[in-house]
Amino acid sequence: MQTAEQTLDEILNLAAAHFNVAREKLSPDDDFFKTLGVDSLQTLDMLTKLENYFGVELPDYELQGVSDFRTLAGKIQARL
Amino acid sequence: MHEEKAIATLPGTSGGSALSWTLADGVIELALHRAPCNELGSESLEEFEKFVTALAMMEAEAHALIIYSEMKPGFCAGADLRELYQRSQAMEKAAAGKGVRDFLERIHRVLNLIDATPLTTIAAVHGVTFGGGLELALACDLIIADKMARFCFPELRLGLIPGFGGIPRLKRDVGNAVVRDLLLTGRSFNANKAQQIGLVSQVTGEGEALRAARATAAQLKKFDRATAAAAKRFIKPIPQEELRREIDLFCELFASPAVEAGLRKFVERTDAQPYLP
Repeated sequence: MQTAEQTLDEILNLAAAHFNVAREKLSPDDDFFKTLGVDSLQTLDMLTKLENYFGVELPDYELQGVSDFRTLAGKIQARL
Repeated sequence: MHEEKAIATLPGTSGGSALSWTLADGVIELALHRAPCNELGSESLEEFEKFVTALAMMEAEAHALIIYSEMKPGFCAGADLRELYQRSQAMEKAAAGKGVRDFLERIHRVLNLIDATPLTTIAAVHGVTFGGGLELALACDLIIADKMARFCFPELRLGLIPGFGGIPRLKRDVGNAVVRDLLLTGRSFNANKAQQIGLVSQVTGEGEALRAARATAAQLKKFDRATAAAAKRFIKPIPQEELRREIDLFCELFASPAVEAGLRKFVERTDAQPYLP
């Protein structure tokens, strides 16, 4: 099974590709709503991409209030 | 040329602001195009009513109906909650309740006609397919979903249940445990999950749902129409009694103060996850 750090790294790569920003501009503790200006539809799209990529289900109420990549990675890691 | 001729002979081809349709090679395509995401309000309902009137006249010329969205965010985000809130604020409570019942009766009539048409119907969905949008898709015989499609019954957050026939039709198609999960948690789920639970028949790549629906419609043309219609009547009964009870329950719940508070909260929210309870 992959480590939490690997999961976090993959999420950052996915986010950089999805939002078309340089990977090095994203940090694990960034508030992605602020850093990326994510709106509600983009949130849904990103959730679907993460689920498809990691092959997990992420009930959206578990992600309510999650705004940084590290916490998000923890939620995904718990479902792997 | 063939397509132009077919469209020219259509009874009442619509170019409405919420939806429009074409008929070519026996396939009716109903395109939804009301910004931002085909919210179903009074204007959309009027156009849907025109469509089902035309549908009855087109059925002899067609074998399939495809419903899809031209809006980028998705297939349909459900009922127009802003319109519902504003109208209910502008009326006395009793009048608002009557207005809601009238709206539900009318949209049930539309969805029952789409459900029961002898044509084979396909919802080609992408992106947001929430609430009334999911209910529209559930009235169709097949749902073909883009892999980025996302489904949800979020109505409980408003103190309501789905009101456009969603529960009876979902119960018709999937197990009761799944219905309880989706309804009582209000969580959204992706196309793969939807296929896993038996709701979606095909999952496509991004932007490919309409193409797959068209390919499926072309396959359907090979079958005898009377046989296909008979098979549909046999395997897809319309749950009339439960649909009636759903309207009654929705109207009963709509009278609760929790609904006004829920609608106000939704209308006023500006955060990034307003779809979440």
